[in-house]
Amino acid sequence: MSKTLFEKIWDSHLVLEEENGPSLLYIDRHLIHEVTSPQAFEGLRLNNRKVRRPDLTIATEDHNVPTSDRSLPIVDQVSSIQIKTLEKNCKNFGIQLFGINNPNQGIVHVIGPQLGITLPGSTIVCGDSHTSTQGAFGALAFGIGTSEVEHVLATQTIWMEKFKPFEIRVEGKRKNPFAVTAKDIILSIIKRIGTAGGAGTVIEYRGETISELSMEQRMTICNMSIEAGARAGLIAPDEKTFEYLRGKKYTPKNYEELVDEWRENLKTDSNAKFDKSFTLDAKNLAPQVSWGTNPAMVSDVTEKIPFPEEFAKDLSQQKGVEKALQYMDLKPGIPITDIYIDRVFIGSCTNARLEDLIAASKVVKGKKVSSKVRAMVVPGSQIVKKQAEDLGIDKIFIDANFEWRESGCSMCLGMNPDILGPGERCASTSNRNFEGRQGVGGRTHLVSPVMAAAAAIKGHFVDIREMDLN
Amino acid sequence: MDKFKKIKSIVTPFDKVNVDTDQIVPKQFLKLIQKTGFGKFLFYNWRFNSDEKPNSSFILNDPKYKNSKILITQDNFGCGSSREHAVWALQDYGFSVIIAPSFADIFFSNCFKNGLLAIILNSKIVEKLLKIQTEIEVDLENQIIKTDTEIIPFQIDEYKKKNLLNGLDEIALTLKYQDKILEYEKKSTISSLL
Repeated sequence: MSKTLFEKIWDSHLVLEEENGPSLLYIDRHLIHEVTSPQAFEGLRLNNRKVRRPDLTIATEDHNVPTSDRSLPIVDQVSSIQIKTLEKNCKNFGIQLFGINNPNQGIVHVIGPQLGITLPGSTIVCGDSHTSTQGAFGALAFGIGTSEVEHVLATQTIWMEKFKPFEIRVEGKRKNPFAVTAKDIILSIIKRIGTAGGAGTVIEYRGETISELSMEQRMTICNMSIEAGARAGLIAPDEKTFEYLRGKKYTPKNYEELVDEWRENLKTDSNAKFDKSFTLDAKNLAPQVSWGTNPAMVSDVTEKIPFPEEFAKDLSQQKGVEKALQYMDLKPGIPITDIYIDRVFIGSCTNARLEDLIAASKVVKGKKVSSKVRAMVVPGSQIVKKQAEDLGIDKIFIDANFEWRESGCSMCLGMNPDILGPGERCASTSNRNFEGRQGVGGRTHLVSPVMAAAAAIKGHFVDIREMDLN
Repeated sequence: MDKFKKIKSIVTPFDKVNVDTDQIVPKQFLKLIQKTGFGKFLFYNWRFNSDEKPNSSFILNDPKYKNSKILITQDNFGCGSSREHAVWALQDYGFSVIIAPSFADIFFSNCFKNGLLAIILNSKIVEKLLKIQTEIEVDLENQIIKTDTEIIPFQIDEYKKKNLLNGLDEIALTLKYQDKILEYEKKSTISSLL
């Protein structure tokens, strides 16, 4: 029978299939971090249970760690307790931890692929919704809650209702791939299918534009699948995928054998059926900027802030837009390029990998951040930071008056000291523009790294396609 | 997990789409290492003004709904982050049932792991329930909601229903299949990270 890639991975991980109910699925890789794991370990302890497969489990500290000088103690006492708790739990349960001072520390979804923990055809879970990032390698990777973290720790399995396969094709050659990035593609998809458009599904991204993207760009696409309501995003592995994972810390010894097998099997059969399908034409796509309080509230940079009445087809949506514009303090009808910003954040599991930083540095090189803007770069991991420093990219940012910081989730969710003040407006390369996400009363505009860099220089949004680059 | 009993209560009408988990529990409260005590942080940025005094225009601060155990809301409730703290906060605050036309996937699953009953009803019925002023009864055993004037049936999958009614420990349940897991592991070729 013809199967989609998702169905192949699902079927090969079934431990138990019940007639009318969820299936028991085996988990190959379990990544944990300090925020969603303490209560899971506590549950194990109370019931006198062990971690079944510490050898398939890896931990890091990313969500609440400071991105300032790491030789100093953590000032926030509550964060510090959470970090110490993870360290104690990992020690007691025999789990490897890439802690705050480890050279492999970083955002969990960035280090997974970088260390070769992520493998095509595998199942990967983590108590974080952006686990979907790792689907870019043809793995079934999805976020879970803390009860499920406990369940996976204890049993290395999870009960799951089968998702439905959703095909999203991205076709057409972009005229300017430097300016119109993977971030613009995914924001544009979410705008069109909505924040619940992918509910109950695993999205497989396909088509010529997807094939052209680098691995890091594919991760940006899969990362935001959750913002479209999907549990996971998936891209069939190809030679780029295999090359990316070659020679990493955890790349398996029999890697080339595995690659031959993956090349053969890890793709959707030609007659396989998807439950849903959607196609985006990327040919004429423009850089995207979000203006509202969910990731579907997005426009081309050349457009104006919409009027709520434009959404009159759906009354609850119209109300939502009104409320969003009020929160964002934006007037309908003003051009996006007239929006001035206070802060710039280049970071997060969406856009803090080496290519993102290289691209942004090309915009910044030889220029200065606007005097009205505070801008920071937070590399996705210590490895990314080191790679960038080896290329001298840190200097380009520092010379332009960007802050160059240590790795972590940082201002994407503001659990550490990197937050927006009330009313502050930020051009951010992260994934969520929810009310207060980056700080109580803060206003987030989601953009690509090059658009964020351009906004930092000019002090307001600009169409990166029209900017003079050296 | 406690066994789920019949719930009778007035309903809190929360007429909003796309309520994300960042609103249900803002991130500044995710640093605790226990599961208890999150109720006071529920909808914090909406419930309280910047001076930390209650925002009187927010629905949960209306004394009428003080003892409500049932929250009625709109599409895509619980979207965004996977944080289970959202469910812990709703329960700790006093909610036992949430009704909406649709829920975000991870949130929906988190509800059932903690004994919070999430019920999906069609938009027309939700619109009607949003206006109801009298108590309603949620009877999981018989999969019905009783109002003063009508009986509304709802769907739930058998597995989730059984777990809720019996307050089952899912891990203990899974560990009964140890042999199956072991059998799978014998043929699995996944590489070790040690």
